Amino acid sequence: MKSLAYIAIVSIFLAASLTGGAQCKNFAKKICKQELAPYIHDGNFNAAILTEGEDAELFKTFYAGQEYRISICCEETLPKVEFKVFDVDKKLLYTNASNNYSTSWDFKVEATQQLIIVVKIPSDENNADIPTSGCVAIMFGLKTE
Amino acid sequence: MLAFEKNINFTCYIECFQDIYQNNYFDMLKGLTGVRAFFAYSVIFTALVFICCSSENKKSDKVQVDMNSSEQDSLALKGIKAAKQVFYSLPSPLETAMILKRAGAVYSEEILNSADNTSRYNTNKSMALNLGIYSTDLSYASLFDQTQASIRYMTASKKMAEGLGILNAIDNSIIERLEANVNNRDVILDLISETLLNTNSNLEENDRVSVGSIILVGGWVEGLYIAITLAENSKTDNSELINRIIDQKLSLNTVINLLNQNLDNADIKSVLADVNEIKAIYDQVSISVSGVEAIPNSKSGVTTLRSKNVTSVSPEVFTKLKAKVVEIRNKYTY
Repeated sequence: MKSLAYIAIVSIFLAASLTGGAQCKNFAKKICKQELAPYIHDGNFNAAILTEGEDAELFKTFYAGQEYRISICCEETLPKVEFKVFDVDKKLLYTNASNNYSTSWDFKVEATQQLIIVVKIPSDENNADIPTSGCVAIMFGLKTE
Repeated sequence: MLAFEKNINFTCYIECFQDIYQNNYFDMLKGLTGVRAFFAYSVIFTALVFICCSSENKKSDKVQVDMNSSEQDSLALKGIKAAKQVFYSLPSPLETAMILKRAGAVYSEEILNSADNTSRYNTNKSMALNLGIYSTDLSYASLFDQTQASIRYMTASKKMAEGLGILNAIDNSIIERLEANVNNRDVILDLISETLLNTNSNLEENDRVSVGSIILVGGWVEGLYIAITLAENSKTDNSELINRIIDQKLSLNTVINLLNQNLDNADIKSVLADVNEIKAIYDQVSISVSGVEAIPNSKSGVTTLRSKNVTSVSPEVFTKLKAKVVEIRNKYTY
């Protein structure tokens, strides 16, 4: 019986280790994808577990004539996420800090160009303990004709 | 700067075997016999190797620190805060098809890779490239309401995904839903988006990002091939299609950066060599991007990023580009 208890404990550890990535995928599918509506998700998966104070950069070319929605979504355990959009000369084009920390932004480009999206999980200065981690996804929606 | 991609580190398995041996983890199972012993040894061995190697992977991704005191914990956590994740996002097959349609492309099934060719693809590289190619063909057919072709290309994509061991990304229920919604384009596009997300996330979760990169490059090459072939055959104004072909110069750096993240993979190296051949021609195309100005529209809620690109390409360079793209795409599909 004792041995079976050990097996059960080890199996729980195994299951817990496997769920981290799947959790992020399920979160992206169930929560983030809905936030893109009525735009259609492009199908790409840009998600990772981020910790307070960490940031992520995404490089993508946006095409003339196509209307896009960027949606940044993160688990509720994380503080408000900041996201900024820059052109290749690092000129700031958009920050959600000036828009009540909105988690999405709709835009179109007159001429095709590469943009850089920077997502930052701010540090919670009031929380001196272990920083919180959680799934953060950067998703793109495409407007259909 | 930390890259998002992770590499499978086989040395961790050797270290884990040594660790399991040295720590006598299996002593706890003394007394078990028969099927119960076999089951117990299998579960514990898998768990130990997995947990051990998971922590090894994390070590290579994060700042390594000695966690001996709370003060050091605090310093370590500050160190982690400097970490950064980098993503290179290529246009997905769905986006590629939308760009083509907006640029005035017409539907031409004969230029697509036949869904009957699936039996030709038996290696991981050819299946990954053709999963990308079929996904672009599927998106293109769906945008033009070609429902029978869409079903054929979804089935072909399913075969490629199964061959690559990407289970459940495209299951029978997706094909059934596709067949049940042949007159509803939005539902079909949503199903395609779902299968792409399933495929990408499955590969990401299983540390197979190199396969994911090859799929994206396959889809990107197919989009370029369709645009070039349609532009060549066009009897009407094809300037928008030509502009989108030139625009791909801007995506090339993303393609190369994406592939550079997994250069230890032989398939990635060979695909990168092909992409570099395309790049050598695109280097002779000039694109000058003016300053960008954001113009918000409070009524529509859609901001316009105002700018102008000035492009220049000679007919000789365009002909060379066409020939190279056709050559590489045909190499991937035959």
